[in-house]
Amino acid sequence: MKFERYGLGIAKGLSVTIRHLLRRPVTTQYPEQRLVTSRRIRGNELIWDKNKCTGCATCAKTCPQGVIRIVTSVKLEENKYQVEKFEVDMGYCIFCGLCVEACPYDALFLGYAYERARYRRGELIRDREELLASEERKPSAYARPQIEATLPKQTLLLDKDRGRR
Amino acid sequence: MVTAMLPPDWPGGFWAHWAVFVVVIFVFVLGVMMGALWFERRAMAIMQARLGPNRTGPFGLLQPVADAIKLLLKEDIVPAKGDKLVHWLAPVVVVAPVLMIFAVVPFQGGAILADLNIGILYIVAISSVATVGVFMAGWASNNKYSLLGAMRMVASVVSYEIPVVLSIIGVVLLAGSLSMQQIVLAQDIPFILLQPLGFLLFFIGALAEINRAPFDLMEADSEIVAGFNTEYSGIKWSMFFLGEYGEALAISAIVTTLFLGGWRGPVLPPWLWFLVKVGLVFFTMVWIRTTVPRVRIDQLMALAWKFLFPLALLNLFITAVEILVFPAVSLWVLVGVNIAIMIVLVLLWSRLFKLGWGKVEV
Repeated sequence: MKFERYGLGIAKGLSVTIRHLLRRPVTTQYPEQRLVTSRRIRGNELIWDKNKCTGCATCAKTCPQGVIRIVTSVKLEENKYQVEKFEVDMGYCIFCGLCVEACPYDALFLGYAYERARYRRGELIRDREELLASEERKPSAYARPQIEATLPKQTLLLDKDRGRR
Repeated sequence: MVTAMLPPDWPGGFWAHWAVFVVVIFVFVLGVMMGALWFERRAMAIMQARLGPNRTGPFGLLQPVADAIKLLLKEDIVPAKGDKLVHWLAPVVVVAPVLMIFAVVPFQGGAILADLNIGILYIVAISSVATVGVFMAGWASNNKYSLLGAMRMVASVVSYEIPVVLSIIGVVLLAGSLSMQQIVLAQDIPFILLQPLGFLLFFIGALAEINRAPFDLMEADSEIVAGFNTEYSGIKWSMFFLGEYGEALAISAIVTTLFLGGWRGPVLPPWLWFLVKVGLVFFTMVWIRTTVPRVRIDQLMALAWKFLFPLALLNLFITAVEILVFPAVSLWVLVGVNIAIMIVLVLLWSRLFKLGWGKVEV
């Protein structure tokens, strides 16, 4: 005789839910509490290293959206390109990371941050100085495993004592 | 003789008594309903390892207020091809009877708007009127989902009314009165012990009748959008919401009065005992809602007619036999006998319970 059909099933279910009253919530209350994201997050921004960039425009060619505009002039005495304009329309960027993977000199990174929403579309077009790395604009380790060790380890849940009722 | 009916502990004439209790009932129903709303959301959230509303005010206590303001400010939409008058009238027809139920609920000895000598019969009669309102809403919306939801509501209320009333009769037989006050006064032992099967049937039937989970088929959002209130918005929708939670509170109060001994209890003041018991019953409803998934429509009907109805008849028969044939037996013996009878009957009927001649999964 299976007792699940005689009310035991419901009793079991009720005991499960009542035990959950004593459990910590799994909710993260976002603006006050934050989880540490994956070290290889694709983030929400593109980071450009001015010194490593040679102006080869591989990134612009590989971009499926065509959002990277790069204008170069030639410095004959050093036999190099001079990058005059490096402009990215983040509004169209799909964060596929192909430019980062394609860059032969590791001059491009995807960003570690994810709070880069803007009120105006025009503010999403970033150029030269706005694309550099800074304290707020850390590069993520996506396709750049060499910087992975510098970033904190990911947490999936908050510390138990931080969960607030 | 109006003055003779007055409870001794309330000064003033009939109208003073009336005015005081109308205010008390409105404050009680609206205030406790907002509390119940908050309580349900928080308790369900915690049982589901979430947090629930906790931003508005301390512990999110002001969330129902914020919701109410939002609802009152929303646009009132009436379907172009709907029946405008009935559409407007339906929310009133749903809410008014729910408030009227509380007229005969005794908050403590003598603290009652009208101690009708047919109190429980009045409740059974008046609570069914809300169904008419729901059907009006479904019909006037000119929307197939509204109508389907309303039809389900009518079907479930008509079916579940029978076991509910039959299990109430068991209580009335024991108490020897239909008056809510007399029923409470008769409970030296809470009737949940003397009528365990009746309590079970009444509670299941009442859950179905007020369409709370797991019997909330009329609002099954996975099947029929939002049931009868699909076409409602703003203040009219909030009236339905008020009616729904008011009914849940009313059922909690009725269960408290009929089975849990009403306001009676040691140490605490009587009205507090009443509130504590109502809260406990409401928590059980929330608990069940968190636990049990929604039933199918055929399961809903089969449960009423094949499980609750025969058991309610048997319960009534057994209670009548106990009262007529063994009036001298100690009540505590009857408690034991009745609990044993409940276990045997529930097990037996669960074994017999089949759907579609056994071809359909229960």
